[in-house]
Amino acid sequence: MNIVSKACAAAALVSWSLAAGAAEPIKIGVTGPFTGGSAPMGVSMRDGVKLAVADINAKGGVLGRQLQLVERDDEAKNERGVQVAQELINKEKVVGTVGFINTGVALASQRFYQDAKIPVMNNVATGSIITKQFVAPEQKDNYVFRTSANDTIQSAMIVDEAVVRQKHTKVAILADSTNYGQLGREDLERALAAKGIKPVAVEKYNLKDVDMTAQLLKAKQGGAQVVLTYGIGPELAQIANGMEKLNWKVPLIGSWTLSMGNFIDNAGKNGEGARMPQTFIQDPNTAKRKAFIEAYQKTYKVDRIPSPVSAAQGYDSVYLLAAAIKQAGSTDGVKVREALENLNGTVEGVVTTYAKPYTHDDHEAIKPGMVMIGEVKNGRVVLAK
Amino acid sequence: MEILLQLVFSGIALGMIYAVIAFGYQLTFATSGTLNFGQGEALMLGALVGLSLVGNIHGGPYLNYWLMIPVVIVFGGLQGAVVEWIGVRPALKIKSEFGWIMSTIALAIIFKNVAENIWGKDDLTFPSPLSSTPFQVFGANVQLMQVVVVVGALAMMLAVEIFNRKSIYGKAVVATSNDRDAAGLMGINTSMVITFSYALSSATAAFAGVLVAPLTLTGATMGAALGLKAFAVAIIGGLTSGMGAVVGGLILGIAETLTGFYISTGYKEVPGLLLLLLVLAIKPAGLFGKTAIKKV
Repeated sequence: MNIVSKACAAAALVSWSLAAGAAEPIKIGVTGPFTGGSAPMGVSMRDGVKLAVADINAKGGVLGRQLQLVERDDEAKNERGVQVAQELINKEKVVGTVGFINTGVALASQRFYQDAKIPVMNNVATGSIITKQFVAPEQKDNYVFRTSANDTIQSAMIVDEAVVRQKHTKVAILADSTNYGQLGREDLERALAAKGIKPVAVEKYNLKDVDMTAQLLKAKQGGAQVVLTYGIGPELAQIANGMEKLNWKVPLIGSWTLSMGNFIDNAGKNGEGARMPQTFIQDPNTAKRKAFIEAYQKTYKVDRIPSPVSAAQGYDSVYLLAAAIKQAGSTDGVKVREALENLNGTVEGVVTTYAKPYTHDDHEAIKPGMVMIGEVKNGRVVLAK
Repeated sequence: MEILLQLVFSGIALGMIYAVIAFGYQLTFATSGTLNFGQGEALMLGALVGLSLVGNIHGGPYLNYWLMIPVVIVFGGLQGAVVEWIGVRPALKIKSEFGWIMSTIALAIIFKNVAENIWGKDDLTFPSPLSSTPFQVFGANVQLMQVVVVVGALAMMLAVEIFNRKSIYGKAVVATSNDRDAAGLMGINTSMVITFSYALSSATAAFAGVLVAPLTLTGATMGAALGLKAFAVAIIGGLTSGMGAVVGGLILGIAETLTGFYISTGYKEVPGLLLLLLVLAIKPAGLFGKTAIKKV
């Protein structure tokens, strides 16, 4: 074999392996609850993520490779989330993961991504400590990013709405017993303390509780003028319906979950007027949002997105991750993290247009000014007036 | 005082739900010495079938709420007969001590999965047949539907008791519960009686399901927690006494709401379960139960 044919063979081999590399898709993990009480958020998030991936793939993918999703149902259970994380990292070898609806699941699972140096984008979970679980000085770099409005922002807005705008002085807090509810309750109490207010009642309830009489009576006895909530859809509906049982009607203001379809449907007229912080409202007021809402409605054959916030944040999380992979020119976790922390140019998302969303020490893409207050009106969430 | 009254009323409404399900446990225990651990799922299926008939999820509404109730009771009866036929009869035939426990639990899981596939995994709203605006009783608020739950539950239990005491078929049931072998020798078709008791037990559960559905949310997972608490009620009250079910249910329901208010909502299930432990330690047959002597 002469030198020329050797060179030809080598070139053929190289180009063949390059071609194989180009054809191999980039795997991205999706973890969230697709069943149970949190399912409207998980399913909307996943559907938003799928729309973003379809858009990106239609435009040729990232680094000339297609994005491929690996979806896993974490059932909103901490232990299941841990299994999913390990499977996605070790078996599926994902480049990054998007998801986490439930704060508890995120806190239990994301250390596996941190250890494996794989970026994980929290696109719905809101617990304030999620992005602060691995920070300096113990950990040099943090692989946890977020595209949702954290509880510090939300609780401040809830308190602002209740105390400053609606001028209530006696407030009650009802929160569920999960990590989400209890961490949110702490944030709410802190935000209230900053305004010099001590809640007249702080009550908790379990998931699947059917009777909220005791909790609501305590709030009523304390003379509460407003009830602040931290929980998820089905039980929030029980609170609204429980108020009717007691013939007691005060405004309901709470975390963004008051926009969940299963709250709005199950509370019916009792849920009207409930207010909550929102990063996204199903209202086609920009070209990008219009295109997103129409694509969602057409693809999944629904009129009302079950959880518009989750869908929008899910969509944006993929765009940010894809932009970082593109900028890094690599699927290496360390390089993708560095790119996320120094994103050049802007990324146009549905929630907002992101300009340098993250830095090395700030992993929150959503800043206070980007969140608005929504209100339930005629079975839909609209911008509160 | 108003607060106490309000808590007691809510406790009674909650407790009567537990009582009806506990009553269902007793019906099968009396005749066959076995329990249907899928009682909560029978309730869930009743509620969901009822929802399909009166709601618009499957192209309805087909019937109004009151006409739907007999249909759901018949459905519950058939479902109970199926449970007995598949899960319990084989175990009784081979005189297995524990086979029926596993098989009724297995059937419960199957029913839950089937329901999840037919009705989805989300909680659904059950349209209330009555106005949900509460009215005042001595300053406490009560919803009409809560009254219907209490009255309906009591009426159902009363009807079964009267049937057992007055009708010839009821006497066969009582005879079987007193001594299955002797009843068999007297010409009573005891296996038929056992099937019937399962049908009756699931029918009461299905009825309870459509009663509570307008007050809570309806979904495939609604039965599990209720079924478990009702089991505790059946143990507290005694597995052989209808009165025990009612009293046990009321005790547990009221204990829950009172503890939730006066102590902490975080501990509201504790007093009822402490009582359960106490009853098991002091009077294992339950507050109203007859102590059974097992001859070996």
